Amino acid sequence: MDFISILSIFVMACFVGYYVVWSVTPALHTPLMAVTNAISSVIIVGALIAAAASGSSGSKLLGLAAVALASVNIFGGFAVTARMLAMYKKKER
Amino acid sequence: MAHVALPAWVMLAYLISGVCFILALRGLSSPATARKGNRFGILGMGIAVATTLLIEAPVPPGGFLPQPTIDDLQTLAQILIAIALGGAVGLITARRIQMTDMPQLVAAFHSLVGLAAVLVGWAAYLNPAAFGILGLDGAIEPQSRVEMGLGIAIGAITFSGSVIAFLKLAGKMSGAPILLPKRHFINLLLLLAIAFFLYGFFDSQSPIDISLITALSFAIGFLLIIPIGGADMPVVVSMLNSYSGWAAAAMGFTLHNTAMIITGALVGSSGAILSYIMCKAMNRSFISVIAGGFGAEAAVSGEAREQRPWKRGSAEDAAFILEQSENVIIIPGYGMAVAQAQHVLREMGDLLKKAGVNVKYAIHPVAGRMPGHMNVLLAEANVPYDEVFELEDINGEFAQADVAFIIGANDVVNPAAKTDKTSPIYGMPVFDVEKAKTVMFIKRSMAGVGYAGVDNDVFYMDQTMMLLADAKKMVEDIVKALQR
Repeated sequence: MDFISILSIFVMACFVGYYVVWSVTPALHTPLMAVTNAISSVIIVGALIAAAASGSSGSKLLGLAAVALASVNIFGGFAVTARMLAMYKKKER
Repeated sequence: MAHVALPAWVMLAYLISGVCFILALRGLSSPATARKGNRFGILGMGIAVATTLLIEAPVPPGGFLPQPTIDDLQTLAQILIAIALGGAVGLITARRIQMTDMPQLVAAFHSLVGLAAVLVGWAAYLNPAAFGILGLDGAIEPQSRVEMGLGIAIGAITFSGSVIAFLKLAGKMSGAPILLPKRHFINLLLLLAIAFFLYGFFDSQSPIDISLITALSFAIGFLLIIPIGGADMPVVVSMLNSYSGWAAAAMGFTLHNTAMIITGALVGSSGAILSYIMCKAMNRSFISVIAGGFGAEAAVSGEAREQRPWKRGSAEDAAFILEQSENVIIIPGYGMAVAQAQHVLREMGDLLKKAGVNVKYAIHPVAGRMPGHMNVLLAEANVPYDEVFELEDINGEFAQADVAFIIGANDVVNPAAKTDKTSPIYGMPVFDVEKAKTVMFIKRSMAGVGYAGVDNDVFYMDQTMMLLADAKKMVEDIVKALQR
């Protein structure tokens, strides 16, 4: 992909983000932060590439460390979001 | 371009993963769809990780695991162990964390994203061939150098800033602003230096430049957050949320990865919007929050207060009036959470509802320590979410309310925000509690003032009943009186 295609995706995604986030109800802003935290750990993709590649042991070690850090975030972020969301209940009628 | 083109199915998988993340946030538009949203998020992450492992892990050119060597298997094992270790830590933390401690947890998680971005940036620098960013001349492509440098810089700022925010929120470091002389000048100088070395790195790909970018970015993250006081931490946490997104986006540019770019843009906008909402709720400009120092001179104004008459009520008086009411609006603030009064408060609400009283909860955007924090605390205490209302949705109802029941909040009900131009909280949107027939104000004593350090006219109104006690104790006593 060339730079312009990537930039286009990025700019469009910023607009999508703007509208989607404004539609989030304020009552769920804390779960929103927890889940954005979890999904921003998609940088684990980069960490996996580094950890799997041969050629530089330094790069591999950094990659493995980043995989571990991002995993804390991914598992912790989704789990804590699920835990919070499970508490939101409607009035019993 | 020496960028190795990825197979089409891989690009498609990353795109689907990005779409899943959009759906994850979209689900949060209502508590009813939120759980499904979270599952979309997990699915998206699963797709991204699985795709990467399939193409990157021990796959010699030509297909999936045709003839894995011992080395390949070892690498795969290392990766799986790293995921298992990190995952276990994350799951245990998520299970154990108290809901009141959610802001520090989120700050800690932000710091991890930041640090991971720095590590990935460095890994890409050390092994550019693996990332497909090696130019034909044997050097890293110039464009990738800029993206990499930016990713490392933003990641490092996110990391050190979040660590400070974590320490302040967790009370391991004083929440008071730490003001260095000439701090704006120092910060500006550091920013210029980072920009300079970024150019240097673009120009020469020198290890010294990228080391300096990393070190200076760690330093500026630290310096940016230490002057910001505890009251402004909700803005800071949101802002760092945004930064962690931009760091992921910068890495996505380096890797040409759609999932990362979409996520980065989503998270970046999310944090930016939350910062904006928080600033508006405090009527503070983003610049003044970032400049720091708020709350430094707060303690002084409490001394100069004049003595004015006020009325003290007992738990029995309060219970009697509450029982006779038709409409009661409860305004919880962070003090309620500190006193751990949310469960007994919900019990009081249940008793009143049984007595035919219409009970609603009113939440100010800055009621907790982070956006939406108070909603989570009430949800944890089993308060149904359809009894909980935001400021603009309920503010018109105070005129019909028999009782405004204020517990652990102060600045958010202070009418000075509407009338007194000299007040530090002037312009902040507040609840119109003075329109309610009776105001009950739970407060530990008459001595303390709110976060902003200003006196509150609500204490001295004719219809106000001051309930002076620990919040939990007072509500327990009211519950006892109601049960009689």
